[in-house]
Amino acid sequence: MLLEVEDLHVRYGNVEALHGINLQVRQGEIVTILGANGAGKTTTLHAISGLLRPAQGEIRFESRPIHKLPAHRLVGMGIAQAPEGRRIFGTLTVRENLDLGAFTRTDQVQVAETLQWIYQLFPVLAQRREQLAGTLSGGEQQMLAIGRALMARPRVLLLDEPSLGLAPLLVKTIFQTLWEINEAGVTIVLVEQNARAALKLAHRGYVMEVGRIVLEDRADALLANPEVRNAYLGGQAAGE
Amino acid sequence: MPASGISPISPIHSASPLVEEFLQQLTNGLAVGGIYALIALGYTMVYGVLKLINFAHGDLFTYGAYLGLTLLTSLALTDRLGFALGVLVLVLMVMGLVAVLGAILERAAYRPLRESPRLSAVVSALGASIFLQNTLMLIYGARFQVYPDDILPTATLNVLGLYVPLMRVLIVLASVGMMVALYLFIQKTRIGAAIRAAAIDQGAARLMGIDVNRVILLVFLLGPALGGVAGLMVGLYYGQVNFTMGWVYGMKAFTAAILGGIGNIPGAMVGGLLLGVIEALGAAYVSIAWKDAIAFVVLILILIVRPTGLLGERVADKI
Ligand SMILES: Nc1ncnc2c1ncn2[C@@H]1O[C@H](COP(=O)(O)OP(=O)(O)OP(=O)(O)O)[C@@H](O)[C@H]1O
Ligand SMILES: [Mg+2]
Repeated sequence: MLLEVEDLHVRYGNVEALHGINLQVRQGEIVTILGANGAGKTTTLHAISGLLRPAQGEIRFESRPIHKLPAHRLVGMGIAQAPEGRRIFGTLTVRENLDLGAFTRTDQVQVAETLQWIYQLFPVLAQRREQLAGTLSGGEQQMLAIGRALMARPRVLLLDEPSLGLAPLLVKTIFQTLWEINEAGVTIVLVEQNARAALKLAHRGYVMEVGRIVLEDRADALLANPEVRNAYLGGQAAGE
Repeated sequence: MPASGISPISPIHSASPLVEEFLQQLTNGLAVGGIYALIALGYTMVYGVLKLINFAHGDLFTYGAYLGLTLLTSLALTDRLGFALGVLVLVLMVMGLVAVLGAILERAAYRPLRESPRLSAVVSALGASIFLQNTLMLIYGARFQVYPDDILPTATLNVLGLYVPLMRVLIVLASVGMMVALYLFIQKTRIGAAIRAAAIDQGAARLMGIDVNRVILLVFLLGPALGGVAGLMVGLYYGQVNFTMGWVYGMKAFTAAILGGIGNIPGAMVGGLLLGVIEALGAAYVSIAWKDAIAFVVLILILIVRPTGLLGERVADKI
């Protein structure tokens, strides 16, 4: 097991946002986490990345407990995140953003190779490399956020709503690229509200409701599940 | 302030004394402005990363002035090493020592309050300022301390026909040199990019693998190092120091930082130099009595006309 979350509880002050989450992610998988607004998806990813400390429970990466390590240590171990809302560094250039993604790496030759790979995945980033990141379009910023995370050459890539606010055609392009990234050997944890697109891409999925996992299954089974269809796929056309 | 503001002005028919007077004031303004800029960089870098005004920064500047005095007299650096090398070693020692003070300040006064409400950190900053000032007063006494004038060069340099005190030229060159070096460090290096990233979004910076605590520590080394050397410059330029001098210089440098756009590094440099020049020219041509008020007039004008400062387009999303 590459990544395991066991009985994870996270609190904001006195309010508990996660009430005991269990997740498993195998090497090479694409796992999606679905759920309505406020279900706790972002909180889960932040806890995995070390931005939030669990109140209880364990997170293990390659069998090593990581929930007590500071966020910056996890990047070098192989966990990178493209966070919700992209959070690119707007007043830095595209190239500087990408370089920061490789901040923990010292193997300059391989870093240059990763950069070429990312320019190949997202050619628009190569064209705009000297431009300030804040001047990119929303879709380009999302590509930059993903590219920046990939610059760490992670074992597992955490993505928080990469389709947010993007036109359906662009969502399709980005999800196609996510598939390519996974083919290249990167395990992906994908948080999405666009359940249909996410389930079509993923191998397995979890459904969260108010701080709990309520469903867990293979992606095709979730797509066929009447409850999921009603709650998350009803009339949804994006990503088709 | 040298008395050049009241030096006699020759009859109008010869324009050159007027020009000469103007250029003297301008170079003096650049020297003072360079000093303001070095201090302002400390305010602006800390604000950039922590969104906190380090009210004790002016006192670290004062420590630079006093440490410079003590090291200069007790180690007799200029006697042993000659003026140039002696002053260089002095500068490095003052920078190093004040940088360490800055790091201690961060650890003791700010880090324990990192997760607390903003007001706690402000109160802690004011407390640290009072503590630092009073410690200095207990050690050195409340009176002005005088830099030994037999050590300092009184030579003047002929700069394209203008006779300028050597110390003034050195201060302008040194402050501009340090600003250029800092700018290149921030803009061109990996660590500099990490500082800029942490100033924009600490959480995102941590997701890049940046240890934000170390960035903060670095900022509390760099800022005080520059502030400390500014204190030394004031000692060398004016020849006397006082334990409360950090207050006035701190306020003016803070004004310079606001003028340039707080959080903006080139802004602090431009703001400092500009404020120094405005102040020197204002004192010479408007009223010497109003010299210290000019900075505050500038501050009020900026806050009314352009609250984001000259280069501070980004401030809106920072406050
Ligand atoms: N910084 C915070 N302080 C207090 N409560 C928070 C904070 N961040 C999130 N929460 C609460 O924790 C719960 C889970 O939020 P979270 O952001 O993880 O949800 P989400 O599933 O990512 O939602 P969305 O789809 O809207 O992004 C919500 O009730 C939210 O209000
Ligand atoms: Mg979220």
